[in-house]
Order: sequence, then C-alpha cells, then structure tokens
Amino acid sequence: MRVRYADKTSVDFVVVGGGGAGAIVAKELATAGFQVVILEQGPYLHEKDFEHDELKFKDIWEPPGTIGQEALTNDHSLQPNTYRKTADEKAVPATFVQYGRCIGGGTVHFTGNYWRFHEIDFHERSHWGEVPGAALADWPITYQELEPYYTKAEWELGVSGLAGASPFDPPRSKPYPLPPMPVKSSGTLLDRGARKLGWHSYPAPLAILSQPYQGRAACAHCGFCEQFGCEWGAKSSSLATVIPLAEKTGRCEIRPNSYVRKVSTDVRGRVDGVIYFDARRKELFQRAKAVVVCCNGAETPRLLLMSKSNLFPQGLANSSGLVGKHFMVDIGSMCLGTFEQPLKEYKSVRVTRVMHDFYDSDPKRGFFGGGGIDARFEFYPISFALNGLPPGTPRWGAEFKNALMENFNRTLTLFTHQTCLPLESNTITLDPDVKDAWGLPALRVTYQSHPDDFRTMKFFSDRCMELLDAAGAKKKWALPIRDATSAGHLLGTCRMGDSTQHSVVDKYHRAHDVRNLFIVDGSSFVTSGRNQPTCTIQALAYRAADHMIRAAKRGDI
Amino acid sequence: MDDGTSSRRQFVIGSATGLSAVWLQLHWPAILAAEAHAEQAAKLEQATFGFFTKEQALAVEAVAAQIIPSNGSPGASEAQVVHFIDRALISFDRDKQKTYTQGLAALQNKVSELFAGFSRFVDLNSQQQIHLLATIESTEFFEWIRVHTIMGFLAKPSYGGNQNQVGWEAIGFEDRMTYAPPFGYYDGESRKGQP
Repeated sequence: MRVRYADKTSVDFVVVGGGGAGAIVAKELATAGFQVVILEQGPYLHEKDFEHDELKFKDIWEPPGTIGQEALTNDHSLQPNTYRKTADEKAVPATFVQYGRCIGGGTVHFTGNYWRFHEIDFHERSHWGEVPGAALADWPITYQELEPYYTKAEWELGVSGLAGASPFDPPRSKPYPLPPMPVKSSGTLLDRGARKLGWHSYPAPLAILSQPYQGRAACAHCGFCEQFGCEWGAKSSSLATVIPLAEKTGRCEIRPNSYVRKVSTDVRGRVDGVIYFDARRKELFQRAKAVVVCCNGAETPRLLLMSKSNLFPQGLANSSGLVGKHFMVDIGSMCLGTFEQPLKEYKSVRVTRVMHDFYDSDPKRGFFGGGGIDARFEFYPISFALNGLPPGTPRWGAEFKNALMENFNRTLTLFTHQTCLPLESNTITLDPDVKDAWGLPALRVTYQSHPDDFRTMKFFSDRCMELLDAAGAKKKWALPIRDATSAGHLLGTCRMGDSTQHSVVDKYHRAHDVRNLFIVDGSSFVTSGRNQPTCTIQALAYRAADHMIRAAKRGDI
Repeated sequence: MDDGTSSRRQFVIGSATGLSAVWLQLHWPAILAAEAHAEQAAKLEQATFGFFTKEQALAVEAVAAQIIPSNGSPGASEAQVVHFIDRALISFDRDKQKTYTQGLAALQNKVSELFAGFSRFVDLNSQQQIHLLATIESTEFFEWIRVHTIMGFLAKPSYGGNQNQVGWEAIGFEDRMTYAPPFGYYDGESRKGQP
C-alpha cells in the first residue's frame, strides 16, 4: 500500500510539514484521488518509540541547557533561534521557538486542550474597535463558516467533551463524539472554587479518547501525556488519526527526515516543486503541481523568506511585505496552590476542567483581551523538584526533601490561556549572521507583548489567586508576570484576508501572489483567539483542503 | 579511609567498650544511617565509574547526600545518584565534565580553607559539610550537581539512579501504564451529572 513517487514525477501536491495541519490536508487530498507527498523534516515515530521517560521527553524548564524534549521537538543545537525585543536590538542566540518536529507535529506531545474559537474571535476588530499600537483585524471568515469543519475535526479525530456544559460555548451542530474524561482532583477543586465565586467551570474538551473509538484504544490514564507521545494511540494526534488514513489511500507518500529549504518557482511565477535535504543532507528536488506549506507559524514564514528569487525578491508570496509579521505566541500566567490531601495529579490526562467566564474582552476591565483558565498539574517528578515548590523553599537539604515529599501530590496549577495581540513589529525574519546545521539562516524572533497583553496576564493571575482561595488552598502563589521567552503556539505570520495588500493568503489559504501555493497552519491566524489554537488550526485545515479539492477538480490551481 | 568507615569503626569500638543500652537507643537512628552510609561507601569502593575517579565519586556521593539527605527515609545515597551523574557526564551531559572536574578541585580547596586539618569533603561531619556547601551555593558546579542529584533521584532507574525507585517512592509517584479513577482525594466532589 505504501507508495513511493520519484522526485521527477510531478505529483499533484507536495505538503511541507506533516503536523497537525499538514497531515489533515494530505489525507483529504489523497482521499479525493490526488497524488500527495508529505515532506516532514522530523522523524516518523510510532507508539513503540514513546516511553515513560521524563529525561528523554519532558522539556525541563530550568536551568537552560538542560536536556529536554528534543526527542519530539526541534533541537536548538541544530536549528538555533535568535531573539530580540525590538528591531533596533541585535538578536542573540535563544531557544524561543518550540514546535513538534516529527510526523504528527505538535499534536503528538500536546495536552489535547481542544477549544473551539468563540464567534467573537472572528470579528473582534469590528466589534470592539481599534486597539492602539496593535494591528487588530477581522478574519475574512466567520465562526458559522468554520463550524462544519470544527465538527468534522472533532468527529474524525476523536474529541471527548460535554456539549452545552459551558454557558459560553459557541453554537455547535453536533455534540462531541465521546463523553468527557473522568474528572481529576484538579478539576473538582477548580469546580469548587468557581462555584463559590459564581463562575462556570466545565469538563475540558480534549482530543483524547475517553472510550474506544474507530479502532483506537481509550486512554489508560498512564499520566505521561502532555509533552509525551501516547503509547496507547489514545491521544488524537494526527499521527494516530489521519496519517494512517492518508497512507491507506495508496496515494500519499510520507517522507520523513526531509528538510525543505526552498519552494521553487518557474519563469511564470508558479510553484513547480520544492528543494529539500534528505536524512543524509543530500539535496533533492521534488516536482509538484502545487505546494501546501504547513510548517507552523515560525517555520512557514522562514521558508517563504528563504524562497526568494528574481521574481519574488522579498520572499515568496510576500508582495504585501507581511510574511513573518504579526507573530503571536502563547503568553499567559500561572498560579499554584497546595492542598491538605493528596491530589495524585500524576495520573491520567493533564486537564479535566476549564473555565471561560472571562473569555470575552470587556471594556470595563480597562484593557483589551480575554482568556480561559485550566486546572492541571504542570509537572512530572523532576520538573516538579526543580520548578514546582513554593517560593522560599530551600533548594537543597532536609527541608527541600521534606517539601518535595509533602507537595508533589498536593500541588495544583491554574494555567491561563489568553489573547496575544497582533503587532506588526513582532516578526519572524532570517538572521543575517547565524546559520543552522544545514547552513540555512537561523530563525530570528523579534517579539515584545503589547501593554494590554500584560494587563490580561495580571488580570488572570488575580482571578487564579481568587480561585485558589475559594478552593481552599493551604498556600498559594503566583508566578511573576513576564513576557514570553519561549513559545509553542506560533501564530499569525501569514495572515489571511481579502485584501492583497493587508494579508498573505486569501480566505481559502491560497497565497495572493501565487495561485498554486497554499499556506495552512497557525500562520493563517488573524488574531490569536485565546491561544488554544490546535482545534482551529485543524478545522481550518479541513476547510482549506475542501476548497483545494474543489479548485483542483475545476482546474483552478 | 572515609567517614562512613570511620563511623562504623567508632560504632564497633563503642559496642566493645560496653556503652549503655540507653546510649544505643538514643543513637540508634544515627547509627543505622551511618551503617547505611558505610555500606554505600563500601559499594562505591568496589564500583566502577566511567568518568569519576574513586576519590571524586566519594566526594560527589557525599555532596549529593547533603542535597537530598537520608533523613529517616532514603535519599540520594540509596538512590545511587552518583552513578546517574557519572553516566550523565559520559553521555547526554558530556559538556559538563569540566564543570565537575574544576568544581571538585575547588571543593577540596574549600575544605582545607574552611577547616584546618581537613583535606577531603567526605571527612567533614554533616554540619561542616552543610556549612561548606552553603558557601558555594551560587556556583555553576553546585547548581549542576544539585540538578543532577534531583534528576538522579527521580529519573527512570535505567539511567543509573533512583535505584529500587526510592526517589519515586519518597515523593509518592508510581510509574504504571494504567490507572482507573478515582485518582486523587478530591475526585468525588464533582458536580452532579458530570463525570
């Protein structure tokens, strides 16, 4: 059933990046009868490659340089980033951008938080007006246009949740295919706090199977979940869901360890294939009738900027000059509390309750932005010992050990996901000096959050402290409000829109400048929503594929 | 040879000179700890290391035993953290070798600087060791030995530390492939009608 296309064969579509978006696009196109090659820079791992090994898989935050999660994500020693706050600074080496670098991409290691956008997310600019200093804009599509694809994603991939449980839920055409995951103590404590404060926590929608579904096993609650690959195939990653379906068509070739350095164009300004390095760093050329770039909100603009040519001197698809601009990331705040009795949070999935009471922006708060809160335990044993103890706890010795023994099972984290405003000055560009291990320009991040984003962080930090109090925490503390120094949700750098001057792709993800080039991933986002983007990225991927198939069938590519 | 052996010797001498049962009762926990430490030291004497010399291993073991002490329950010694660190330094943390070599040399200098007549960290008593470590708390060497001790206490036993899962047991963690609800104490509080 495995198909292998020769490089010289001009396949119908090359999909660059086999992650949360690319795998869906590839599966849809192959199912519709097209020849597809997925080129993924990372490896093709399987359930047998995943294990309960915190040292190997967990990203241990501190100290920097500690071995981390590179088994599943980008390795900064091979692909360095540089970072600066503003364009007048010199960027310095950093580990800012993190993404899933394997077949399945970030969906292999993600928490599974699967929040739909709310209706307001698509038209915040026209509803609330301009935000000074930000490039807030409406999306060219509405929630209603995307709704069928949200439903498709939930039903095809397998999402557990309880429709209607949140009074703030957007309308939906179908309930979730699976009931919610069993609640954990973190969830009941959030329920307890929210109830006391008159707020509304509800079962988290999770892309993890609460029951067997479509031949896949249900979650066994082993606990090695976020930042780990699921050994049961119960996490609804694109690796466990659409990749096998794509392969089964016999028309989709998955080519891992293939690192694309340039999308190639012909004399007419049409894309004709991609130049990439194979596992041995040999340079190859794959011909294609159309190319779909699905690398993520940081690597996609980098690839387009690296793909400049005489016809496209500013980079491919960049006549607007907006490729790489409006970079948005997952900023937020975190508060922790300790409780009398053991929570045993190391078991099962990360999150079982979330709360959307302050999702909408509210002018009465005096700033723009909103968000949601989830309850979890943000640690595994080692990362907890290094980062999870109450402030003021000795860092070694008998008191340290006693605190570790006392708190590992009694600590709760409230984690917030919020607006990140789009700023034209926040960008992904090519570093002029630093190169990666393949000799390509390093990804340069220029990023500083909008003042309102900091106010949002503070607002949610305060709400979390109230929740911890109301839930009966013995001790509580807030992590300091600070700007992002790393990011895993990478959004906005090829924003979609109707105007060729003010956006990079149209509402169907086709590049304004190149008819046979499509861009489908977090880079298409016009605004950040509340920075739980995977559900929307995947709904957009189903929708984009749908329109690509229609266009291809009528000869319009 | 080392403080573990000398403690054992003291204990043996103490028994031989007929110290009272009351004394024994009072000091029994400390004696047990010293015995455990002596056993550990004896094991270290026979153990083979990929990076450390025997002398370095003894020092690392003693520092680790202060970072996560065996105060009534297993600590870094019982977890055999020194083996984790030794392996780390010839595999994933090869680039920290110099930090250790230099840090251990500096540690030895610090011993003689602070405690006249002593030259080895392992020969200091516990209070002296803690006092010394407090003076080097902000060094890169201490930070790494701290991080590595924690990792060695709590990583998968196959990395060489966390022997018999004593680290996991200490914090109340268990590595299993399946669990069933309820998971924790408060699970039962969920709202009516919701799982």
